[in-house]
Amino acid sequence: MRRLVNQHPDRLSQLVLGLLPFLLLLAVYLLASAERLAANPNDKLLPSLGVMAESMQRMAFEPSPRSGERLLWTDTQASLARLAWGLGVSALLGLTLGIGTGLIPLLRAGLSPLVAGISLIPPMAILPILFIVFGLGEVSKVALIVIGIAPVMVRELAGRTLELPEEQLIKAQTLGANTWSLILRVILPQILPRLLDALRLSLGAAWLFLIAAEAIAAGEGLGYRIFLVRRYLAMDVILPYVAWITLLAFLMDWALRQLGQRLFPWSGAGR
Amino acid sequence: MSRLEVRNVWQSFADHVVLERLSLSIASGSFVTIVGASGCGKTTFLEMLLGQTQPTRGQILLDGVPLPAEPSPERGVVFQRYSVFPHLTALENVLLSSELRRSPLLGRLFGAARREARALAWQWLEAVGLGAHGNHYPERLSGGQQQRLAIAQALVNAPQVLLLDEPFGALDPGIRRDMHGLIRQVWRQTGVTVLMITHDLSEAFSLGTRVLVFDKPRIDPQAPHRYGATITYDIAVPARGRPLPPAAPAHAAAPPITPPSEKERTHA
Repeated sequence: MRRLVNQHPDRLSQLVLGLLPFLLLLAVYLLASAERLAANPNDKLLPSLGVMAESMQRMAFEPSPRSGERLLWTDTQASLARLAWGLGVSALLGLTLGIGTGLIPLLRAGLSPLVAGISLIPPMAILPILFIVFGLGEVSKVALIVIGIAPVMVRELAGRTLELPEEQLIKAQTLGANTWSLILRVILPQILPRLLDALRLSLGAAWLFLIAAEAIAAGEGLGYRIFLVRRYLAMDVILPYVAWITLLAFLMDWALRQLGQRLFPWSGAGR
Repeated sequence: MSRLEVRNVWQSFADHVVLERLSLSIASGSFVTIVGASGCGKTTFLEMLLGQTQPTRGQILLDGVPLPAEPSPERGVVFQRYSVFPHLTALENVLLSSELRRSPLLGRLFGAARREARALAWQWLEAVGLGAHGNHYPERLSGGQQQRLAIAQALVNAPQVLLLDEPFGALDPGIRRDMHGLIRQVWRQTGVTVLMITHDLSEAFSLGTRVLVFDKPRIDPQAPHRYGATITYDIAVPARGRPLPPAAPAHAAAPPITPPSEKERTHA
């Protein structure tokens, strides 16, 4: 018998071992749900899969009696748009400020303490300020996401820029680079894959801030819907919505990883 | 012409004197190798020649003009590691210098200018034996091939001085021999002035036309950083022969050493 640390699963057992916990959780849920429903057919806490499917069918394909919209898609569209704006603005800030402070000592001296300070502010604590300043519309929600993840991305990308071997910077200068063309040809192409990695790492936080902002003030959105139907204990909507959000997050992560491998084959990005 | 002159250069960091009283003159087209124990300032000397650091005292002149205080295109360099750019293919690595020099705004060339630069880059890839690897990224090249690429990249736009910081230190002995052949050949063909740091004495004497030995002539046991290293031996190596006996200690400005025959053509 080999030691435990030396036993590696083959592909099939890896798949089975990976699926097992999911199946176990599902089984536990189904058992518990069946138990409760047997005791009280009107129980709302652990709805059966059938009820959930029915609710989702209603949310996704039937126009809502109040607004005439198909709510799941309206919510998804609103949330994804906010997320895209938040991630996009953060990525842009991360790239410019990250490369700037990582590469240019004068900018670093001027801006790093500020960025470090801002990144210590708990974003949720200034959400009221954002609502007051930007109103209850889209801007405040996007701003919360940006304030939440941009400082982390700036620091991450500044760190990655600083990590580039100094030999490369010297070499590029001996080849005739000025500061701008050094950024354009040497720094930026090597930092872009890191940007994708930073985005992937920030996805979780971005969702967190999005749902928090939507929970407090919104007219549609995945987070808004979850917090709205909470009043009616509508677990048959909340649980599928959470699963849907998880699936969206997974797909975004997967897409970013694919993009990294496709665009930057030299980088080993997206491992 | 690319005559280097080092005039009474000192380098110290706070109380720590690294190099002191460096004076020498390097004739255009020389192949100077630099040896010495670890920590005796060889790399510091190279960093000053590169413009990466400035001497605390003294001056370094190229053809009578002080070197710019930052790395610049008249000096090419090959480091032991990280000399090529991982995000560019071999061809793009060699092409980069033409693009950076001729297109300061975009760092890219188009049309006829690009075709011309590409042709030059291909010639250099062929010259260093990488003709079959133009479209490969550096991670797919062996250590020796990466250094070949770095040499082509550094030389493609004809710098006056080529600085080599233990370029073959990480290579296998067999590969290293091939690299010696290559560097000797490109030196002869281009007439560039080469300064190379090495740990390997036999490498220093087989490649160099002149060998500089760095060491600390004075040591104060109470204050080991009080005195720095300097050039303790300055040895002219006749082409394909025994080394000459050590020339005069090089503290005073050493006279330029007669370069071997290849150099005469460059002078002309």
